[in-house]
Amino acid sequence: MEWRHKNLISLEGWTREELSFFLDQTEYMEELLNRPIKKVPALRGKIVVNCFFENSTRTRSSFEIAGKVLSADVINWSSSGSSASKGETLRDTVWTLEAMAADGVVVRHGEVGVPDYLAKKLKKASVFNAGDGTNGHPTQALLDLYTARQKLGNLEGARMAIIGDVLHSRVARSDIQAFKKMGVHVTLSGPATLMPENTASLGVEYVSDAREAAGGKDILYFLRMQRERQEDGLIPSIDEYHRRWGATDSLVSLASPRAVVMHPGPMNRGMEIASSVADGPRSVILDQVRSGVAVRMALLYLCLGGVR
Amino acid sequence: MKKRTTLFSGVSFVVYGRGDRAFFPLGERLFFMTKKGDGNVTAKPEKKWSEKATVLSAGDMERILRRIAVEIVERNKGLENVILLGIQRRGVYLAARLREMLREGEKVKVPTGELDITLYRDDISTLSDQPVVHSTSVPCDISGKRVILVDDVLFTGRTVRAALDAITDLGRPERVQLVVLVDRGHRELPIAADYVGKTIPTSRSENVEVRVAELDGNDSVVICERIGGDEDGVEA
Repeated sequence: MEWRHKNLISLEGWTREELSFFLDQTEYMEELLNRPIKKVPALRGKIVVNCFFENSTRTRSSFEIAGKVLSADVINWSSSGSSASKGETLRDTVWTLEAMAADGVVVRHGEVGVPDYLAKKLKKASVFNAGDGTNGHPTQALLDLYTARQKLGNLEGARMAIIGDVLHSRVARSDIQAFKKMGVHVTLSGPATLMPENTASLGVEYVSDAREAAGGKDILYFLRMQRERQEDGLIPSIDEYHRRWGATDSLVSLASPRAVVMHPGPMNRGMEIASSVADGPRSVILDQVRSGVAVRMALLYLCLGGVR
Repeated sequence: MKKRTTLFSGVSFVVYGRGDRAFFPLGERLFFMTKKGDGNVTAKPEKKWSEKATVLSAGDMERILRRIAVEIVERNKGLENVILLGIQRRGVYLAARLREMLREGEKVKVPTGELDITLYRDDISTLSDQPVVHSTSVPCDISGKRVILVDDVLFTGRTVRAALDAITDLGRPERVQLVVLVDRGHRELPIAADYVGKTIPTSRSENVEVRVAELDGNDSVVICERIGGDEDGVEA
């Protein structure tokens, strides 16, 4: 297949065939991580700049590992201690990146649309969205798809429940898009105060009762609860939230016998997920982290190569 | 996506695709467009090949592989510590044939794996499209083993160079030997095969295609020629 994407801003423009092809390539990339020497020269001489205006541990480090395994030079540029905190405008940032001759820019920003803006302004570099505001986190969706496909096989016709704070979650938005494209039926659950206004327009159904939402599902996806939301009175109390929508053994037991439990991390144990579930046999949360590296390797390889 | 574009003054084309992956039909051929860093667009005709001659039949291929299997046993004084590694993609199938022949003839199961060299290519930054990666799986630790690489065609030698780099990253074999079904000449690196099925002199505008039943429906080796061009052949 000819790869036609230079950037990854959103998975909206990706076809189902492209997603399948991408996941196949990811599988071969994962094999590299089992080798005694985890390094291939494929992206030798390419510069990737990790541009994080918001905190991140696993996304940034997995992009860094992915780049380094493929022999790209990866530079980390975080907002604290960078010129952004000294008031540099985004436009100046673009010019700086251009002057640094970056081939790839990984960007996370609190504002929606920043990766898109960078992609339009940067002439040469590929731009990868590592999360923009509450809008999207496409590489998370790719690694979730990859993990689910590895555990369940073909995803066509599989059933998924996404439970928790959908309203503030960019992960949920990207995952809904990606899983639906692969033929997965998606149900949302969580407090009504944490749901977007029109769930039907996302092409998914909303069920308030988590037990009903989880019943017979193949994938249970629990979202991270931003604790600060509790202050805003959006959830009753941590205890009650955990009882009603948290990943507990009794909730997980309602799912299909082959069901997997996923979480984007970092986890609030005892809030949206009980430790017994997080460390239990259904949990694929650590597989997700490992998939994250392989997915980002495939992304860098496919988008950064070739003549510019 | 479909868009009408004026490329030269007065001539307009219907262009398909988008961005730097666009193409347009002209006459009987497709022209692929590439956008260069300076903003200029170039168009190149689609590669087209015509079959010129079949040089090896299925029977020829089998006889050659049987002979190579015997040579492998002879040169290594048995099959102790021998591993077969087929280079993606046709080499994988040829290695599987050799394994079967060695199992029949010597009653030994030779560990056999597959090697993808895409990520080690030296032309990766000059190709307009990233080549597709295939699987690599090695049956066991290759350190201290005799690794026999199997490929379909030996041409410039760059694939084998990449394979040697890949092997270095997987371990330190005692020895590496090379099996090729066809040696077509035109080496660009100091590389030679230990076991050669058939030496076929070719011109650079020709291409040697090895076909295997598993992928192509039949076993044969065919010489193809590029229509209307004297551009270089391709290393698959």
